[in-house]
Amino acid sequence: MAQVQVRDLDISFGALKVLEKLNVTAEDGEFLVLLGPSGCGKSTLLNAIAGLLDINGGQIFIGGKNVTWEEPKDRGIGMVFQSYALYPTMTVEKNLSFGLQVAGVKKDEIRSRVGRAAEILQIEPFLKRKPANLSGGQRQRVAIGRALVRDVEVFLFDEPLSNLDAKLRGELRVEIKRLHQRLKNTVIYVTHDQIEAMTLADRIAIMRNGVIQQLDTPHIIYNKPQNLFVAGFIGSPSMNLLRGQLTTVAGKRVFSAGGLSMPLDRYEFTSGAPDAAPAVLGIRPEHVAIGDDATKMPFAVEGEIEVVEPMGSDTVAWTKVAGQSFTFRCESEVQLHVGQKLKIGFDPARGSLFHEETTNRL
Amino acid sequence: MSAATMDGNVTAATKQPTGPKPKRVTIGRIGLYAFLIISAAFFLIPVYVMLITSLKDMPEILSSNVLTPPLRPTLQPWIDAWLHACTGGDCSGLSPGFLNSVKITVPAVIVSIGISSLTGYALSFWNYKGANFFFGLLIFGAFVPYQVVIYPIIIGLRTVHLFSTLPGIVAVHTIFGMPVLVLLFRNFYAGVPIELFKASRVDGAGFWQTFFYIMLPMSVPITTVALILQVTGIWNDFLFGVIYAGRPNWPMTVQLLNIVKTTQGIPQYDVNMAATIEAAAVPLIIYFVSGRWFVRGIAAGAVKG
Repeated sequence: MAQVQVRDLDISFGALKVLEKLNVTAEDGEFLVLLGPSGCGKSTLLNAIAGLLDINGGQIFIGGKNVTWEEPKDRGIGMVFQSYALYPTMTVEKNLSFGLQVAGVKKDEIRSRVGRAAEILQIEPFLKRKPANLSGGQRQRVAIGRALVRDVEVFLFDEPLSNLDAKLRGELRVEIKRLHQRLKNTVIYVTHDQIEAMTLADRIAIMRNGVIQQLDTPHIIYNKPQNLFVAGFIGSPSMNLLRGQLTTVAGKRVFSAGGLSMPLDRYEFTSGAPDAAPAVLGIRPEHVAIGDDATKMPFAVEGEIEVVEPMGSDTVAWTKVAGQSFTFRCESEVQLHVGQKLKIGFDPARGSLFHEETTNRL
Repeated sequence: MSAATMDGNVTAATKQPTGPKPKRVTIGRIGLYAFLIISAAFFLIPVYVMLITSLKDMPEILSSNVLTPPLRPTLQPWIDAWLHACTGGDCSGLSPGFLNSVKITVPAVIVSIGISSLTGYALSFWNYKGANFFFGLLIFGAFVPYQVVIYPIIIGLRTVHLFSTLPGIVAVHTIFGMPVLVLLFRNFYAGVPIELFKASRVDGAGFWQTFFYIMLPMSVPITTVALILQVTGIWNDFLFGVIYAGRPNWPMTVQLLNIVKTTQGIPQYDVNMAATIEAAAVPLIIYFVSGRWFVRGIAAGAVKG
C-alpha cells in the first residue's frame, strides 16, 4: 500500500506563490504523470513529495503515513533526476550501493540487491565502470537502478528522458513502462513531453501556474479536455480552435463562425452549459476527413490548401475554415498540393467546445 | 583542343580556395614573438644570474662578469647556505629554518584547506539562515589590510597563550587564507549540479557523509589550486612569520633575510644566492609537479563535467 497523497500543499519562494492549496493523489501502483510547460510547478511538487524542498503549508502522506516532516530517506521513495546525478567519482556498482551502505545494510544483502537491479536493467557489463565512461542511456539506466535497489514502493522521476536524443528517449520510454508493469510500484513522473505523458501514464495531471488543470486518463484528457489550455497543450499538431458563437435555434444548439453554422446535436454538453455564449470549437487535425469522406460528415466545407507538411507516416496540411487557420492530418498516400481546393469535413460532436471568456469546457 | 581546355580548367580550379586556409607569416606575428621572447628573457635573466653565481666561489665572482658561466663549478655555497651560514651568532645555516617552515606550512595548509572546503560546501548546499551574510563577511575579510589587524591579533593570541608559538602562527595563516579559499571552494561547489546533492540526500547521506563521500572526492582539481596557493603563500610569508611565530620557530624566509644582511666585509654573494634558491625551491617544485592540475582546476569552473 503506497498511495501518495498531497493535501493543501502551499509552496512559495519569497513572495512568489508556486503552489497554493494543491491536492493530488497517486493511487497504489498507479503511474501518475505531472505534465506542464516549464515553470508550472510540476518539479516543485515532485521535490516537495521527495522531501527535498521546504513547504509552507499542507501535508504529504506516503503509504498512509504522514511524512510531511520526514527526511527524504525515510519517505520510502527512490528518485531519478534529469541530469542522472550519478556520483562521478564512484563506479556504477558503488553508485548503486552507496545508499544501502549509508543505511547500514549488510554486505550480502547489498550484493544481491545490486545484482538484481543490474539484471533487471541490463547494466551488469558496466558495473565496474565510472559514469563518465557510459552513454546517456546507460547512465539513466544506472540512475533508475539507484532507485530500484532502495526497494521502495514509490518512484519519483524528474524529467528522466529529457537529456537523451529522440531515439534513445523512445527506447527508454518503453523500458520504463515495462519496468512499471513488472514491479507495479507507484510512480510519479514529471515531464513536459506530451508523448511521454500519453504513452506512460495511467492518469495525467496537467499543470499550469501551480494549478492542476485536469487530472484524468490520457484518453479522456485527449478527447475531452477540460479547458482551452489543456486542449492546446495536448496533441501534435495542436487542436484547431475556431472562434465563434454558440447559439440556440429552435431548441437546437448550433456553433456559428464566419457565416458557417455547425450542428451540435450529438455533442455532450456539460451540465449548466449556457444556450448562447461566445465560444471556441476545438477540432483535432486527425479527426478531419477530406474529399468524399468529408461529405459523409455532419459538417463539410470547401477549403484551399496553403501549406503541406509531409511527415512520412502521414501528412499535415494547412487551410482555412471560416476564415481561420485550420490544419488537418491525412494519410501520406493522399496527394496534396498548394492551391488545391477540396472538401473538408468533421463531426462537431467529436470536438470540444469551450467558453471563450472562462476558457472552460461547455 | 579539348585536352587544352581541360588543363585550363584544372589550373583555374587550383586557384580556387580549397582545403585548409594557408597560414602566412605577417610582420605583426614576428613582432609579437619578438616581444614574447624579450619578455621571457627579461624575467629569466635574474634567475640565470642567481643560479650561476651560486655555483661560483667568491674569488671567481669578484673577478668574472655577472653573466659568465662558472669556470670551476662548485656546490660548496649550497652546502654552506644549508648548514653553515651565520645568522647573528648562530651558524647552522638555513636548515633549521627549513624545518620550521615545514612545521608551519604543512599544518597550516591542511587545516586551512580542510576548513575552507567544508565552509564552501556548507555555503553552497545547505541554505541556512544568514549564509549569504556570513559569506559576504568572509569575502570582506579579503580586503582588510594586514597592517590594521597585526596588533589586535598579537593581543588576541597573547590572551589565549598562543603568541610566539607554532599553533599561533598556524592559526593566523589559516584565518588569513580563508576568504580566498572559501570563495574558491564555494564557487567550485556552486558549479556542481544541485541534483547530485539531492540524490545523495535521497540516498540518506547526511551533512558529513555527503561531504566526505561525494563532494570531497570531486574536489581534487580545486583542492590542487588551493594547495598551490596556500603552499606558495605560506612558504613565502615573511611578515606573519617574523611577528607571530617567535624566534625559535622563525620560518626560512626570516632566516634568509638574516643570512643575507648579517655579513662582515664583502657580502657572500655565492652563499646568499644559493640560500635564496634553496628557500624558493619548495613552491617551485610544488608548482612544477602540480601545474597540470592547477590549470585543470582553474578551468574546472568553466566546463561542467
